[in-house]
Amino acid sequence: MTTGRRHFTASQRLVHWLMAICILAMLFIGVGMVSTVMPKHLLLLAIHKPLGIAILVLALIRLGLRLRYGAPALPADLPEPMKLAAHLSHYAFYLLMIGMPLIGWGMLSAAAYPVVLFPGVALPPILPQSAGLHALLWTAHVWLAFAFFALILLHVAAALFHALVRRDGVFAAMAPVPAGDDRVPADQKAF
Amino acid sequence: MPQPQRSPGRAALGSLVLIAVVVGAGAGAFAYTAGWLSPQRLTPDRLVAAFAPPGGPALGHRRNHAKGICFTGTFESNGAGAALSKARVFAAGQYPALGRFNLGTPNPNAADATVRVRGLGLRIATPDGQEWRTAMIDPPFFPVATPQAFYELLTASGSKDPDAMKAVVAAHPEIAAFGAWAQSAPWTASYAETRFNSLNSFVFTDGSGADHTVRWSLLPAAQPEIVPPDELAKRGPDFLEQEITQRVAAGPQRWTMTVTVADPGDPTADPSKAWPEGRRTVEVGTLVVQKIEAEADGPCRDINFDPTVLPAGIRTSDDPFPAARSAAYAVSYDRRTAEEQDYPRTATGAKP
Repeated sequence: MTTGRRHFTASQRLVHWLMAICILAMLFIGVGMVSTVMPKHLLLLAIHKPLGIAILVLALIRLGLRLRYGAPALPADLPEPMKLAAHLSHYAFYLLMIGMPLIGWGMLSAAAYPVVLFPGVALPPILPQSAGLHALLWTAHVWLAFAFFALILLHVAAALFHALVRRDGVFAAMAPVPAGDDRVPADQKAF
Repeated sequence: MPQPQRSPGRAALGSLVLIAVVVGAGAGAFAYTAGWLSPQRLTPDRLVAAFAPPGGPALGHRRNHAKGICFTGTFESNGAGAALSKARVFAAGQYPALGRFNLGTPNPNAADATVRVRGLGLRIATPDGQEWRTAMIDPPFFPVATPQAFYELLTASGSKDPDAMKAVVAAHPEIAAFGAWAQSAPWTASYAETRFNSLNSFVFTDGSGADHTVRWSLLPAAQPEIVPPDELAKRGPDFLEQEITQRVAAGPQRWTMTVTVADPGDPTADPSKAWPEGRRTVEVGTLVVQKIEAEADGPCRDINFDPTVLPAGIRTSDDPFPAARSAAYAVSYDRRTAEEQDYPRTATGAKP
């Protein structure tokens, strides 16, 4: 779905950058917490769970915004493989943003751990207790986290490539503060 | 006339280098955080690996305390603990309990009389949906003061170098007290006659918001029968499991739970040091064990008795062990659930 705008809406940009911070923090917290036996293990774990649920909620809001407002069209002169990569990466992002928290929640449910968000506040299990399901979901959670981070690196590289090398407006479309007006200028509306 | 600027090609090259630097820095920071660049970091994986016997771990089983048997029963709270913690579990009432008697060994087939340390994992669920999990052992104090020292102890005890152990004992002299306990403490003939201790300290928060740093114990109601280990060995490799099964079948077995409150200045961060006698101790209830089930098909099998699964009103203290145990138990749990097929759920492998 595309829109006549050259930029994502302010709400879309806000959620994008908020989620960028949350997801990067989440991935670093995730690999950090499983690599230490120090007391910070528990602190990181205590952040990981509510932050994951926050990302899930933000991702669903974001999906709603995307369906409502669409996305600016990619530059017409962008090579087809790059267009395809851009589209596929967006699907992958939405799948991971929504899927990873659900996998984490399901993994804890299958292990019969209480899914504690804050002291005294727990989420209900979404799966029955099952060692096999736990093992499957745990493996998925770990490897998809690495894939997620790799995708983010690719995304950052592509965004900077658009901003610095191609200078084609793709980066500006999602920039925290857009350089120009959100509307297509009047003199370009002629066609 | 063209201006004497950098050529577009060189500008693009500079941009590509910048992109490579950003991506490389991101990947490097991630690798550092994950510990991939820090071979000396004590990770949960390394701690768990240190438990493994020379032939490797027993697949499908807990990486330590591998031999065990499940129980179910009730925690009968007498209400006295409410003075120390607002957790629902200390309000007078009966709450379902699930647990596991176990032996401190990575070998699920160890002979019972050869294992010095006995343990008890316990999960108490309350109607507010919260859980209290604890894993206790029978020594009165832990061998070492820190998780790092414990890792060194495990590594040294698995080492072929005869001086490795001497070096660890020299660096961590508190081990000597544990050695003395292991040599001299009497052996009892039953799990039902064994006292179990949290060893780690935790913080209870009462209804007024005041904190109390505590440790807890389960004191057996059964009169201990003291038997030397060579006599116990004659009772068979699984006498503890057989005995507790018969004993509970004949009647429920009970332990009194006591909570001991630290005085200011007590070593709350060091489980290798017992607190002095005379500390305020509150009897908070009774664990009643009503049913025993073999682990392979039992309800405790796929429960991780992670001591940091705590209800509101109990939290971890400055004791560094619960965090390390939680991290290591999770690794053990993740491994053994993935190895389910190596530990068949029924002895015959088929249901009737």
